[in-house]
Amino acid sequence: MTSVPSSSNTAAQDEARITFAPMSARRLLALGGIGLILVGMLVGDIFAVFVLHQNAAKVGESLSAASHAAMAGDANAVAGSLRSVGSFLENRGTKVDTHVHMIAFGYLALMLAILQPWVALRESTRKKAAWMLLIGAWLLPVGVFLIHYVGLAYSPLAAIGWASIFADLGGALVMGATLACLVGIARPFRESKRPEVEDVLFKDRSTAGRVLLAGGLMLILLGFLHGAYYAGVDLYRHEALDYSLLSQMTITASTKNASALDSALAGYGQLGGEKAVNIAVHAHAIEFGLLAMLLAFFQPYISLRDGWKRNWAWVFLFGSLVLPVFVLLELRLGLLAGGIADAGGLLVIVALLAMWIGIVRYSGELDASLSRGEGEKR
Amino acid sequence: MSAARRLLIAGGIALALLGMIYGAWYAVFAEHQELDGIGKSLTASFSATARGDAAGAEAALKQYKELKYSYDRHVDVHGHWIGLAMVLIVLGFAFDQVRFEKKAKMALARCLIAGALLFPLGVLLQTFSHGYWPRAVAVAGSALVIASLALVTLGMMRRGRTVPYENGSRN
Repeated sequence: MTSVPSSSNTAAQDEARITFAPMSARRLLALGGIGLILVGMLVGDIFAVFVLHQNAAKVGESLSAASHAAMAGDANAVAGSLRSVGSFLENRGTKVDTHVHMIAFGYLALMLAILQPWVALRESTRKKAAWMLLIGAWLLPVGVFLIHYVGLAYSPLAAIGWASIFADLGGALVMGATLACLVGIARPFRESKRPEVEDVLFKDRSTAGRVLLAGGLMLILLGFLHGAYYAGVDLYRHEALDYSLLSQMTITASTKNASALDSALAGYGQLGGEKAVNIAVHAHAIEFGLLAMLLAFFQPYISLRDGWKRNWAWVFLFGSLVLPVFVLLELRLGLLAGGIADAGGLLVIVALLAMWIGIVRYSGELDASLSRGEGEKR
Repeated sequence: MSAARRLLIAGGIALALLGMIYGAWYAVFAEHQELDGIGKSLTASFSATARGDAAGAEAALKQYKELKYSYDRHVDVHGHWIGLAMVLIVLGFAFDQVRFEKKAKMALARCLIAGALLFPLGVLLQTFSHGYWPRAVAVAGSALVIASLALVTLGMMRRGRTVPYENGSRN
């Protein structure tokens, strides 16, 4: 809590910054942030099950059609097939962007929720900034998702459609809200006597919090180590293989060797799978680790029994480890490993939902005990 | 707030800004051109094959290779600067729970920031030169980040010592 409140008004503002009242900026950001991450993960799961593999197959088919058209000497069909590849890749790209941006904005909201005690603005201004961020954080991914379907319909611009315009507006809202918070954080630095702000979230030493912090760090470290291994062992080999397989496709097409062409196409598909798997392992381990660490700070505001808080922390970490490990094993075990990885993702979602419900249930016990403590001190 | 913690949070915010500014510059001035070039060179290669022009196909494919090499690295630089910035900020939040002396924690914070800056910088330098040095910078940066993070994990798992706060109070 603030140790040097200069007036009762300042004290009330400081308390509002730190406490977790319903509809306060901090609570809005925490609940909204976890909500964004939950929806982003669900979108990712649905995308992985219903879109990812089907889309990859269509890209492969179009590339195969382009190669066979080249072998038949039909340049027009080559251009048509490669345009289809572009369209399938755009479809895939916008779905991945929707998933990634929802989760990234969720992280941003959680970070800003943690930083609220240092944002020296009125509670009403901070609430407006929180709403602005949450609206923008939904608008951008929804807009990006619709880009593939809306296209340039009724657009006033030649190259940018309405979905892109709304997505950009969402991005601008997020940047505006983040900038407002940064201004609030920077404001006290201009004053000669800065009030010391201490936050109860940083003092929590509960088992669930410590498990999430240590587990999150381990996951980040594993993700870094895997990334370093991939960069050192596979990255350059994959890049060379990408070029050599495409080169083989053009050479075998020009020599009319259909079986060698098909073999190169199969190799290219396999290579795409290997790259995607390694990138997914690296990214998911680090992102789950970061999320675990962020969630560790919110444990005091999760209104569940300590035993349940510990259980959900372990479930979260277990799912966070299962997903990347079994995504990596997909190359050897195929769909079985993919199914287990999806189950791991589901465990993460369920644990996150449980924590979200715990935060919704929170009715101010900690704030009340802090206020009592402050009163006794005075 | 301890100096090491402030360094990590401020360094993380600065690195995130750098990553975002770089990403905005890249998206406006380079990304579309590179993506367009990748698509065109691939189409040109297959079209040349259809016409029976093997040399043209090879030349277009080499152009594709160069553009893809640059595109992958530009996207990686943007993603890694911002990703590492987030790691630095979150580590900053939790840094009081690392059970090392103040000096050691400050050194760790400096190493983390240096590594987080150098690793993507090395990757970016690879788009200018395919030589040995850019790779060495990237490897050194990533090694610094990984080693520091391993020590932070160790410090957080250490038991039996209380963590002194900057203002003198103890938890």
